[in-house]
Amino acid sequence: MNESNPTHETGPATDDGVDGLPTSHLGDPVVVRSAAEHRTRSRRSFLTGLAGAAAGFGGWRVLQGRPEDGNIPDVLRRGYEFNEGLWTRIGDRSKLAPTFALDEATDIRVNGRHGVRDEIDLDAWQMRVVGLDGAAITTGGLELLDGLEPVDHVVEHKCIEGWSAKPRWTGVRFADFVQRLGVAEDYEYVAMETPDGDYYVGMDRETMLNAQTLLVTHLNGEPLTQLHGAPLRLATPHKYGVKSIKRIGLIRFTNDRPRDFWAERGYTWDAGF
Amino acid sequence: MRNEPDSIEYLTPPVWLGTDMTATLPDAPAEARPPDDEVVLVRKHTRASRWMHWINFPLLTIMIWSGLRIYWADLRDPYGVGIGLIGWHWFDLFPDWFNENLGLERRLARGMAFHFTFGWLFTINGIAYGVHLWRSGDWRQVIPTPTDLRQVGAVVAHDLHLRKTAPPQLGRYNAAQRVAYGGVLFLGVTVIVSGLAIFAPTQLSFLTAALGGYESARTVHFASTIGFLLFFGVHILQVVRSGFANFWSMVTGYERTTRDALRPEANAAPSVDAETEEVAR
Repeated sequence: MNESNPTHETGPATDDGVDGLPTSHLGDPVVVRSAAEHRTRSRRSFLTGLAGAAAGFGGWRVLQGRPEDGNIPDVLRRGYEFNEGLWTRIGDRSKLAPTFALDEATDIRVNGRHGVRDEIDLDAWQMRVVGLDGAAITTGGLELLDGLEPVDHVVEHKCIEGWSAKPRWTGVRFADFVQRLGVAEDYEYVAMETPDGDYYVGMDRETMLNAQTLLVTHLNGEPLTQLHGAPLRLATPHKYGVKSIKRIGLIRFTNDRPRDFWAERGYTWDAGF
Repeated sequence: MRNEPDSIEYLTPPVWLGTDMTATLPDAPAEARPPDDEVVLVRKHTRASRWMHWINFPLLTIMIWSGLRIYWADLRDPYGVGIGLIGWHWFDLFPDWFNENLGLERRLARGMAFHFTFGWLFTINGIAYGVHLWRSGDWRQVIPTPTDLRQVGAVVAHDLHLRKTAPPQLGRYNAAQRVAYGGVLFLGVTVIVSGLAIFAPTQLSFLTAALGGYESARTVHFASTIGFLLFFGVHILQVVRSGFANFWSMVTGYERTTRDALRPEANAAPSVDAETEEVAR
């Protein structure tokens, strides 16, 4: 204690422990200080708080002013990538989502029209499958699915906007489809596009090969309507609905992260659950 | 000579608050301390809890703001208040004028981007606070007891001037405060758990299932937010009522008081001793 500026504490005046101090009737320690000491400490706390608030506000402004990456500040894009890395490293993308009884199926609304706005001639529709080297593996219509084991299940379909539904999807596993084509698992991503190229998604290999990721022809027992993606769409319960592309025109295997319609507009690229 | 006793005696704190904290406040020699140069302080908040409190405030604000942007993305089927069983529908959240004036619609992408990054900061701060509560023993001050649950009505009635006396305050906070602070801790845990359940319903499917499924977890998440907003309203009101010294203790850690206020007889809480004294008089 400084003699020229005496303080009258009854114990060491640290915030981290005041040994031997008495307590108030409510159980909290009591400290007696000189008014000068009290003023100094109050001012120090206030200035620390002010500096903290200024730092917080400054940080917020810096964040808002960061260069954009896919329509959001790059720091937030790194946040999305951190979340994506979590499931890649500690998660298991072959895990299955809950399924429901067929009679629990519900209607599902048409929410996105990108890539399916115009009616097409379903009989003339063809899908291209392109390998890592950029060469076509195959091109064809629904006959490409012939002989593959049919899957008929009800899963939760969750929209990025917040609603969810339990549609019944009927189709074949994407994993079975690529296995029969003999595609080696030396690709990281799958890129898909609608025939007009208006809508496009990028997917990680693990989710595409998940047993619940289907190439779908029927919704709730009926053939897909055009607005629901006829004649062939993707449906996976492991990502937000925006990833379940309708009316597939192109499937391309790649090692470069494919562009993604909604990721370019500020949404998560992964969108995984 | 000042008209002051040599020491101040204190009421015995309740056993559940921990060790026997009965103690005396020694009087420094009067000649060394002019009375007007003395400040008596009660240490209320540790430095750690003050930092975490003030860090939590903007983080929770960002979470609620970005969360509402997500909620607003689909208002075709808004959450409402009513009793579904009897088909009674009271109101939807939120009224149209509220939505329009805040201009939050169609900002889903931004909302998600902030929500899914800042959620981790909110979670880290919350876990740090939980660890701090545990290690400092301060959890005893904020976890309500069964007695608190019985007395909370009386404390609220007293605050609303519907009742003359308040139940005796045991510990740093009164029964209603412990219920509120314990409740908001519970809300914090609930909002994080339900948030993870709708963030990763496949990877963390056990959480989603524990909350009754995706839709139900989402409702819990939304309801917790409303709970936070209700807490915030009452919290601000009570802080304003309690005065500056109380508010300032959340900045400095110490609440200014007086020796007189610390004397047991100055405390309105009727202890057994105080009642006996009154009878004796």
